[in-house]
Amino acid sequence: MNRRSLWKLEQTVMKVLMGSALLLVTGCLVLILGTVVRRGLSAMNLAMITQPPRGGYYTGAGGGILNAILGSLCLAVGATLVALLLGLPIALYLQVYAGPCGLVEMVRLSLDVLGGIPSIVYGAFGFSLMLLMGLRASLLGGIIALALVELPIMCRAIEEVLKMVPFELTESAHALGITRWEVAWKIVVRQALPGITSAILLAFGRGIGDAASVLFTTGYTDRLPTSLLRPVASLPLAVFFQLGTPFPVVQERAYASALVLTVMVLVISVFSRLASNRLSRYVVK
Amino acid sequence: MAESWIEGRPLPRQKARHTIPSREMRTKRRRVVDRLGGRMMGGLAVGTALLVAVIVIALLARAWPILRSHPLKELLLGRTWHPLQGAFGFWPFIVGTLWVTALGMVIAVPVCTLCAIYLAEYAPSTVRQLVKPLIDVLAGIPSVVYGLWGVLTVVPLIRERVGPWMDHHLGHIRLFSTATNPTGYGVLAGGVVLAVMVFPIIISVMEEVLRSVPDGLREATLALGVTRWIMVRKVILRRALPGVVAAVVLGFSRALGETMAVLMVVGNVPRVPQSLFDAGYPLTSLIANNFGEMMSIPLYDAALMAAGLFLLLVVLGFNILAWLVLRRMSMSGRVR
Repeated sequence: MNRRSLWKLEQTVMKVLMGSALLLVTGCLVLILGTVVRRGLSAMNLAMITQPPRGGYYTGAGGGILNAILGSLCLAVGATLVALLLGLPIALYLQVYAGPCGLVEMVRLSLDVLGGIPSIVYGAFGFSLMLLMGLRASLLGGIIALALVELPIMCRAIEEVLKMVPFELTESAHALGITRWEVAWKIVVRQALPGITSAILLAFGRGIGDAASVLFTTGYTDRLPTSLLRPVASLPLAVFFQLGTPFPVVQERAYASALVLTVMVLVISVFSRLASNRLSRYVVK
Repeated sequence: MAESWIEGRPLPRQKARHTIPSREMRTKRRRVVDRLGGRMMGGLAVGTALLVAVIVIALLARAWPILRSHPLKELLLGRTWHPLQGAFGFWPFIVGTLWVTALGMVIAVPVCTLCAIYLAEYAPSTVRQLVKPLIDVLAGIPSVVYGLWGVLTVVPLIRERVGPWMDHHLGHIRLFSTATNPTGYGVLAGGVVLAVMVFPIIISVMEEVLRSVPDGLREATLALGVTRWIMVRKVILRRALPGVVAAVVLGFSRALGETMAVLMVVGNVPRVPQSLFDAGYPLTSLIANNFGEMMSIPLYDAALMAAGLFLLLVVLGFNILAWLVLRRMSMSGRVR
């Protein structure tokens, strides 16, 4: 009896602790978003998102961060395309072609390990690659480094989705005598399209917010992106550099830039959720 | 066609357009596509597997000049960092990294464990469906935004409330003294920001692990008449322990490599921190801060690459370890 009430007490205490832990985690999220929105909105104006920086921008003169917004979009779109072109075949190979064998496990392990590599290391690696190829800091270099960051995220997310394709579907397709190539591209991809879309958006969201990998590979410029071989600006670095200046006016702009970045990431994640819900209406269950 | 009659040209080969390639031909072509496509995709997959080795070799090659000219012990344990005089001691940076990461984990592990247990064992499905997207959002927030939050919220909080309070009550202990750095920018701020950043990773892996414990164990334990918590503590956690550790290791290695957010709040003074409030200088910040100017000083770029290499090797080791443990868990538990 005594032990039983002790158990009850312990359970109650732990429940309270668990509840407060959950509150803490969600509270942090609310706090982060709240801080960024509150401080960002007060520094926000139309010029911020419609104009590139004018002369003397970093000491308080007019202009905006259009260069960083467009630069980030170019970087993330390019990197996501490259990562998709590499990642989708790999995921399909693992799920459709390869049976369970040592090689496949090796590939899975390397994907997981690649996903764990810090993005600053990808930046350093990308930089050495660029030196090797004779490239200077440029959009292309950034796309390469960022694609490396996104590849494992994309691969794992797509593979998770491909696992959900009903086995009976591929099995009956095989029984009708079509090749694995056709199973992969005509059935599995079509069936998993909603999930693949949301995997693409997930990788895109990660890519657009990553700063450490583009720090040395793309450089920074006040001009709008024009060429693959020129440096471009990016939003995370815009936040970082503006916050690093000693002028409060410019620091305010860092808050606004962070707000733009956060809103973009949130919108992408909402779209990713919608994609997996909306598109899945036409999927064979 | 009519025109070609008029000009007296030979008839275009119309026949080929109308004949259907024979069934064998088509099957053959499909087989070839299948085989070639499979080779290509397999090649990509193997290429990815080799990428890890390529990255290690590339960094090793770029770091080689300094690894050759300085003994490893001097690099890792040396305390002086004077690139101009050729002294490359990474010790302050290694300790800085460990301080920040350890503090982050001390904060994150209990919170994440409690959260994961709640989500896996207690939460009604409505709560779970509400909380999981929020945790995904937390995982998707860019690290500069975390850094900005650290600068705007965590640093002032430490400077104005936590620091003075600790200094007042426990200031005679070096660990809790703010005497050397009252600014708030320091390892504690870095640790708090890192903790929040690794919340989503640890929680999601840990929840997955806890859920992979077979339901039969739960039912059997509850049938003995114990409370749910006793079941969690005595059966579930014990069974899931390796996976829980793996989740923590994954979080640790992620925290180890985090750059921008930490860089923004940690103070960046290359000295071994003595107190929670001292400034630190993690390896990642070292790389990020100095990459641009490295070319003019001999061996500097090799030193930074060596820093990247150390980081990479540690993270690789941790990740492989966690992967092995998690794979064994998912094989012994519920088949996924």
